[in-house]
Amino acid sequence: MLRFLGRRLAVAIPTLFIVVTAAFFMMRAAPGSPFDTDRKLPPEILKNVEAKFGFDKPLVVQYGDYLAGVLHGDFGPSLKYRDKSVLEILKENYPVSLTLGLSAFTVAIVLGVSLGVIAALRQNGPADYATMGMAIVGICIPSFVTAPLLVLVFGSILGWLPVAGWDGGAPANLVMPVAVLALPQIAIISRLTRAGMIEVLRSNYVRTARAKGLSETSIVLNHALRAAILPLVSYLGPAFAGLITGSLIVEQIFNLPGLGKFFVVSALQRDYTVVMGLVICFATLILVLNLLADLLQAALDPRVRLS
Amino acid sequence: MPMTQISLAPGSPETAALMHRAVKGRSLWDDARRRLMRNRAAVASMIVLALLVLAAVFGPMLTPFAYDEINKNDVWLAPMTGGHLLGSDALGRDLLARLLMGLRVSLSIGAVATCVSLVIGVAWGAIAGYFGGALDEAMMRIVDVLYSLPYIFFVILLMVTFGSNIILIFLAIGAVEWLTMARIVRGQTISLKEKEFIEAARAAGLSRPAIIARHIVPNLLGPVVIYVTLTIPGVILAESFLSFLGLGVQPPMASLGTLISGGAQDMELAPWLLIFPSVTMAVTLMCFNFIGDGLRDAIDPKDR
Repeated sequence: MLRFLGRRLAVAIPTLFIVVTAAFFMMRAAPGSPFDTDRKLPPEILKNVEAKFGFDKPLVVQYGDYLAGVLHGDFGPSLKYRDKSVLEILKENYPVSLTLGLSAFTVAIVLGVSLGVIAALRQNGPADYATMGMAIVGICIPSFVTAPLLVLVFGSILGWLPVAGWDGGAPANLVMPVAVLALPQIAIISRLTRAGMIEVLRSNYVRTARAKGLSETSIVLNHALRAAILPLVSYLGPAFAGLITGSLIVEQIFNLPGLGKFFVVSALQRDYTVVMGLVICFATLILVLNLLADLLQAALDPRVRLS
Repeated sequence: MPMTQISLAPGSPETAALMHRAVKGRSLWDDARRRLMRNRAAVASMIVLALLVLAAVFGPMLTPFAYDEINKNDVWLAPMTGGHLLGSDALGRDLLARLLMGLRVSLSIGAVATCVSLVIGVAWGAIAGYFGGALDEAMMRIVDVLYSLPYIFFVILLMVTFGSNIILIFLAIGAVEWLTMARIVRGQTISLKEKEFIEAARAAGLSRPAIIARHIVPNLLGPVVIYVTLTIPGVILAESFLSFLGLGVQPPMASLGTLISGGAQDMELAPWLLIFPSVTMAVTLMCFNFIGDGLRDAIDPKDR
């Protein structure tokens, strides 16, 4: 197990290094100076400002400074919000994204697995086709289409749910964003679970369990489910990545003050330091989550450990 | 009573007919094609997709209005009024024309970006798989490292840094998708490498690049085609993602993504601006998915 972890880390750490390096050099390659203002600064002041931010040092030195800074959690100052550092911005906004992400993940797993199991048990029946039909729709209709539609129906026409906003995390404000974020994942997870379940239900040990006289419920929950979710566990990594990417759109549409919205806003405002900081943050998050997902899969499935 | 004799002597017409029928066998591709044609969803999707492609190629030339023709008097028209079959938008531009142009742009981006990922992925995977050893290890390590990166973020970063040049969009999105293609191709190459006809080619003195190009790559066709039909919707989605964030195709050019995001803004006043592009995109993506699934079932029925 430790060797497995070691191998995974050996891939993850260079990846992170590449992300930080790419982020740094792209920032330097961006056209325009971060210190362009409407009024052109006199050259002496410009030189002082640049010296303060270390822009007068050779590029390699700046790169080293940036690396050192990142390791200490210092991503530099925001270019648009002069009194805040990137780290402060990250700290202010991540709780929203965390709540949203965890809720969507839980909903996706619970609903996805349940629907997949039901579809597998009633294979080729109406419930199966309905579930798989919904799954295809969930995959093919992007979130920035379902979101406005849901807002139109539940927000404007029926007035049941607030149209946008976070409101301190009130449950009513969570319903639609979580639904939109979770929908594509529910679709994929239900398809994976259904496929896994169908294959397991045909295997010999399930036949033996039935012959022993165990109830169908007991078979499904205690025996079949454990084996059926293995393909699902290997999808967990991409699922996390999907949730994080999806949060960009959802937070933007519903105006939730999370990291995703901030990423979009900063990208459009060309606030390079914030964008870089967020890219590093997201990349680290995805790498850590992928690592956890891989470890989980190795724990559950010995074949992975030994391959 | 005299019976007509069927002569089975060599060279008689009956023998020739019998031999022709006996010899004409069924190749694996025939089997696959039959299975595919029996899949109704896939066949329907192919027809719909063909119609969509025709509409995208010829549509913009046939509509009465141009896609960027601004008409200040015809703002916010509902469908079927004022000569606008699908209505008009905030600047009085005809939605049907913009939709067809948008379809053309999105399908082109899908095709070109997929080609980019196809070329890179197939080359990478075939070389890694065929040469094996340390080269394979190194190349696949690179793929693993790149695979765990959140690519969309880097595409966004590229767009922000260098502007939303259409060539950049092709390259950036294509660069997102080649990794899985490389993995698939490498797996196939490794299993093909051991077959006798490759050994025969080697014995005949064919150089390694020639073997890869002339024997391995053509035999990879099955899984590659399946993956291509499943990559295109991913590319179209990625492009619409970028357009929604304002980083993809720029106005007045239309793509399905820009149309949908524009329609989402004006949803309450003019729902047709959201509905028609969304339905078009959903149908296009579903077609590709059904065809891809159908191909996968046809070429490798064990997978079902």
